[in-house]
Amino acid sequence: MKRSLWTLVLPVLVVLAVGLYPLLTQQDVHRETSFTLLRAVALAASLNIILGFTGYVSFGHVVFYGLGGYVAFYLVAEKGWPFWSAVLMGGLAAALLAFLIGAGILRLRGAYFALVTIGVNEAMKAFIYNFQPFGGPVGLTMNFAVYKAYGGPRAVLWMTYHWLFVVTLIVVAVSYWIRVSKFGLGLLSIREDEDAAEVMGVRTSWFKTWAFTLSAFFPGLVGAIFFFRNASIEPHDAFPLHVSIESIVMVMLGGQGTVIGPILGSIGYQWMRVFLLTNRLLKNIQLAVAGGLLLLIVLFIPAGLVGWLRRRFPATRRFLL
Amino acid sequence: MNVLLRTENVVKRFGGLVAVHQVSFELYEGEILGLIGPNGAGKTTLFNCINGIYRPEEGRIFFRGTDITGWSPSRLAHMGMARTFQIVRPLAELTVRENVMVGAAFGEKRLPLAQAARVADEVLAFLGLADRADQLAGSLNVAQKKRLELARALASQPRLLLLDEVLAGLNPKEVDEMVETIRRIREQGITILMIEHVMRAIMNLSDRILVLDFGELIAEGTPEEIAQNERVIKAYLGDPKLAQRFALEE
Repeated sequence: MKRSLWTLVLPVLVVLAVGLYPLLTQQDVHRETSFTLLRAVALAASLNIILGFTGYVSFGHVVFYGLGGYVAFYLVAEKGWPFWSAVLMGGLAAALLAFLIGAGILRLRGAYFALVTIGVNEAMKAFIYNFQPFGGPVGLTMNFAVYKAYGGPRAVLWMTYHWLFVVTLIVVAVSYWIRVSKFGLGLLSIREDEDAAEVMGVRTSWFKTWAFTLSAFFPGLVGAIFFFRNASIEPHDAFPLHVSIESIVMVMLGGQGTVIGPILGSIGYQWMRVFLLTNRLLKNIQLAVAGGLLLLIVLFIPAGLVGWLRRRFPATRRFLL
Repeated sequence: MNVLLRTENVVKRFGGLVAVHQVSFELYEGEILGLIGPNGAGKTTLFNCINGIYRPEEGRIFFRGTDITGWSPSRLAHMGMARTFQIVRPLAELTVRENVMVGAAFGEKRLPLAQAARVADEVLAFLGLADRADQLAGSLNVAQKKRLELARALASQPRLLLLDEVLAGLNPKEVDEMVETIRRIREQGITILMIEHVMRAIMNLSDRILVLDFGELIAEGTPEEIAQNERVIKAYLGDPKLAQRFALEE
């Protein structure tokens, strides 16, 4: 079956629509909305590399976000590094962590792997609490003088937005590349049957480790960007477990293992979140609703929205990936 | 004749149970070697040792002249060893073509995707699955899934093909088709080691046969020699139905 160019164009169009809107209106409120959306898309699409393509459920995605945030924040605020190099280091630090722990924990399968990823997140949080260079339990705050070099706080808000927009586009491009590449075929075969894949010649441990590393690089970048503009970072904000869980919900809602699924899932979930948070009755049970939603998806549409469409209407497979 | 695969006193234990005990044999290039034995004789375990799923406790295994004891399955696949599973393991959510592409793309040749797709289509045509190429592998029926197992293994253009009961669960007509297919695979110069319970088929296909019983190699020879071998008949007597079938076919 010939794959239509729409499989790439559609996801890019959705991200462009979200990302370009504030640039056209130049409204702060639109920028903040789109920042939240793009951050969700980048987190979900990068989680999808290990969760959707490789089939390993990670509850520790936010650990890479927090670590990237801390490393970049420290380099900018304490060491005076330029923003771009600090962001890159944030991503690389997250990727390195994934590479190192991946070799060990990716031997575990199913629920065991999922449990250990929660442990990794908590261990990292505990470590940062006691790590004085990163400010321990108090965290770090940005001296506003640092922002002057970038044209002041308002300019920083726009600059970081541009950065996040570009990073999100890259995540989507990388997702697409993985899905249609030989590397991706290896990952999908692992997801479907790891032992059979190994027998067919897929070096499963190598593939899994690189998938995990790649999947961790992007939240590292996003965390670096977010906490720079946030002007402060502390352990509690950097490693919230519920962000990992929400990322899983977003991926599952849209369709794990597809390119456009996590994008639509993120936007759908964020839209629902806003609705819940602005509703007087429901605002306190927002996370409970997320949990219930995950339960319903797993029970009734495990393939998510896009997966369901692809299965129910095979004709959509040509342009939905 | 060149030896393609050789095992030397291979032993595999599971706790107190000795599943494979001091098995030594040679497999020559271009032949079909049958591996038979009653249920639980250790046939699949021996396969798993050869193809790297288990590491034998004792003994050595040589493939293409190299000591491959303890190598990973993927490394052996890169050396040209392919296998099918007794219980089919389709990559259910991938299409039939994608399944076969995995074999082609990650086998000894490690083809790029476009070439792997071409090889996959050739192999699917050879096995009569061409019209299923775009279907999800999970939606195939049992006979088709067996063929898919074979297609994936073949797509890697292996030197050695390990077949674990590819005939089990097929109806007589499908068995005949599969036997014919295996013959044609051998004609392509692929060496085959096959486990089989369908006696008529294995007696017809094999150049030589090995018999395992309680993990030990109890006989080795041509199909005619094996059919008359005292120890083999005795081993199968534990399973009266099989012994009967054996006698009838003789």
